[in-house]
Amino acid sequence: MSTESAEKMTNGSSHRASVFLHNHVRVRLALLLSAPLFWLVLVYIAALVALLVTAFWTVDSFTGIVRTDWTLDNVITVLTGSLYQAVTLRTVGIALLVTVVDIVIALPIAFFMAKVASARLQRVLVIAVLMPLWASYLVKAYAWRSVLSHDGIFQWIVQPFGGNTPGYGLPGAIIALSYLWLPYVILPIYAGLERVPNSLLEASGDLGASTWRTLRLIVLPLLWPAIIAGSIFSFSLTLGDYITINIVGGANQMLGNLVFTNVGAANNLPLASAIALIPILIIFVYLTVVRRTGALNSL
Amino acid sequence: MNRSMTLRRSGVVIALAVATVASFTLTACGTSAGNPSSTGLKQATKLGKNEKTVSILAWPGYVEDGSNDPKVNWVKPFEDQTGCQVTSKVYGTSDEAFSLMKSSNYDVVAASGDLTLRLIASGQVAPVNTKLIPSYKNVYPFLKLKAWNSVDGQSYGIPHGYGANLLAYNTKDFATAPTSWDVVFDKSSANKGKVTAYDSPIYIADAAMYLMAHQPDLGIKNPYALDTKQLAAAVTLLKGQRANIGEYWSDYLKTTQSFETGDTVVGTTWQVIKNSMSAKTPVDVTVPSEGVTGWSDTWMIGAKSKSPNCAYAWLNYIASPKVNAQATEYFGEAPSNSEACKYVSAGDCEAYHAGDADYASKIWYWTTPIAKCLDGRTNVKCTDYSQWTTAWQEIKG
Repeated sequence: MSTESAEKMTNGSSHRASVFLHNHVRVRLALLLSAPLFWLVLVYIAALVALLVTAFWTVDSFTGIVRTDWTLDNVITVLTGSLYQAVTLRTVGIALLVTVVDIVIALPIAFFMAKVASARLQRVLVIAVLMPLWASYLVKAYAWRSVLSHDGIFQWIVQPFGGNTPGYGLPGAIIALSYLWLPYVILPIYAGLERVPNSLLEASGDLGASTWRTLRLIVLPLLWPAIIAGSIFSFSLTLGDYITINIVGGANQMLGNLVFTNVGAANNLPLASAIALIPILIIFVYLTVVRRTGALNSL
Repeated sequence: MNRSMTLRRSGVVIALAVATVASFTLTACGTSAGNPSSTGLKQATKLGKNEKTVSILAWPGYVEDGSNDPKVNWVKPFEDQTGCQVTSKVYGTSDEAFSLMKSSNYDVVAASGDLTLRLIASGQVAPVNTKLIPSYKNVYPFLKLKAWNSVDGQSYGIPHGYGANLLAYNTKDFATAPTSWDVVFDKSSANKGKVTAYDSPIYIADAAMYLMAHQPDLGIKNPYALDTKQLAAAVTLLKGQRANIGEYWSDYLKTTQSFETGDTVVGTTWQVIKNSMSAKTPVDVTVPSEGVTGWSDTWMIGAKSKSPNCAYAWLNYIASPKVNAQATEYFGEAPSNSEACKYVSAGDCEAYHAGDADYASKIWYWTTPIAKCLDGRTNVKCTDYSQWTTAWQEIKG
């Protein structure tokens, strides 16, 4: 068979197929959606449901085998245990602090990128902001471990001024997490600022508003959805983290560590599932609050 | 041991063995949980032809194939002799190993005493017929058929080596070697933020051992047999320690680094960690007066092993005098084979008190705490490992 006739045949059959799909809208839709829906339902929702269900099972304390006896014990333990309350508060505290730190750092950087820098510098800066994402998360966390060490570069820099490295602990964890998630906050804010027309800023200035007033009354309201978008990233990513806190957080635990030790060390998958419900709940509340502000509508 | 161990060897079993020999009826039966009683699994009665692969789960430094140090390789000779290709994975805590064993991906596991009974009770490991393992005859008698490697006189594995959880200290901060564990407990505030402890519920036994010496009225006779009151006392001690802990460790590379940089100056460690620190690190190890907890490790065979013959071959190989000497010297522990001391570097067997039954009896070997008190008390119920796990999470807070 010559290549030409083979081509004709494939052309012919693909033509027939496209005619068929054109005439059968439902088949077309099914074919288009089945793959992503399969992924969404089976991989994502099924996994979540399995997690939720496991939280209501129990585990044999000696052999660590999960038994499918229905019980509310795990959920009650997680809701009432002082350990879980303390760790939840700590985790939310860290997540909020990291979010605030990231927004405070991201706002001026994004503003400079979008409104001050030349087009050329703008491109360079975008690449610079994205660059840390090319390196492995673990490598960056371990880099902070050596930076924050007592004979690390941080100590070396601040010692002449009488300072001391925070060492490994909550401050170290907040610094490292803020660093890790910063690009995820800068980029949406930068994109948001790009959409703020320069003419509005000029008009505001022409009408006699001070720089600060322009920022507060013009830029900030227009930028609000972008800031919210950035905060969702840094907040939710911090909420689920357990590796960075392990590497630079000293002896402190976050919710992720409790899940990790209950799956790995304690062999208590049901309790781990129950603990995993906490961040799901928190994010749900967070998104609801965000939605009420209306920020999601203009995303 | 060098840094390249960071690149932990992947434990992915690439190819599964082709055939299981008929004589092995290693069926996985459901087990009655709670007691480490017989699990209904049968031991092998005779060996067949070696399969092609064997996958091993072990502590770091137990299965060295030259990837960490080209000069340290006892896997290659085994592969050449038996034709069994070895894949291995290392773990950091017994609990991690327990989770991994539940995947049934491993033919052989090197387990410490706080893991063995759990593996037996959950039917993850099979009884081992020591008659099929010629190397077994030279194993020190005081290591054979112990509470942590046998049930009702049925052996579940081959002893590998034993050692102690030592106290490491920075010689810059401690002019003389500390003689008591109080430097990490009652006096730990002197080094606030620079104290470390092993990150596992089994570490509660270290506190209990300390209380045995310092609060005799608690009546602790065995640090693994704690009633509710005794456990509470240990938890209180550990919560006091928690305030001064810089970090807990289970990843031995992280703790090595912390001692090297001076972020940690005192805490528990293993000989192998001390050995892997760079030579200029001002850190030394000691055995304090209260005694030490320690481990006695056992090579066990997975109940669902697809390569039981290769597994038996590995057990025989690793317990043979020369390899046992090589592996235990590399890790920094006493060998289990009475002939091994002929092959280790001069002074090593003395340093680890190999063959010294009296010394070996003074180490409180890791044992899984169970409700039935291990010290023989029958009037109270002891706290079990799951209670220790809960307590440990609360201590860490």
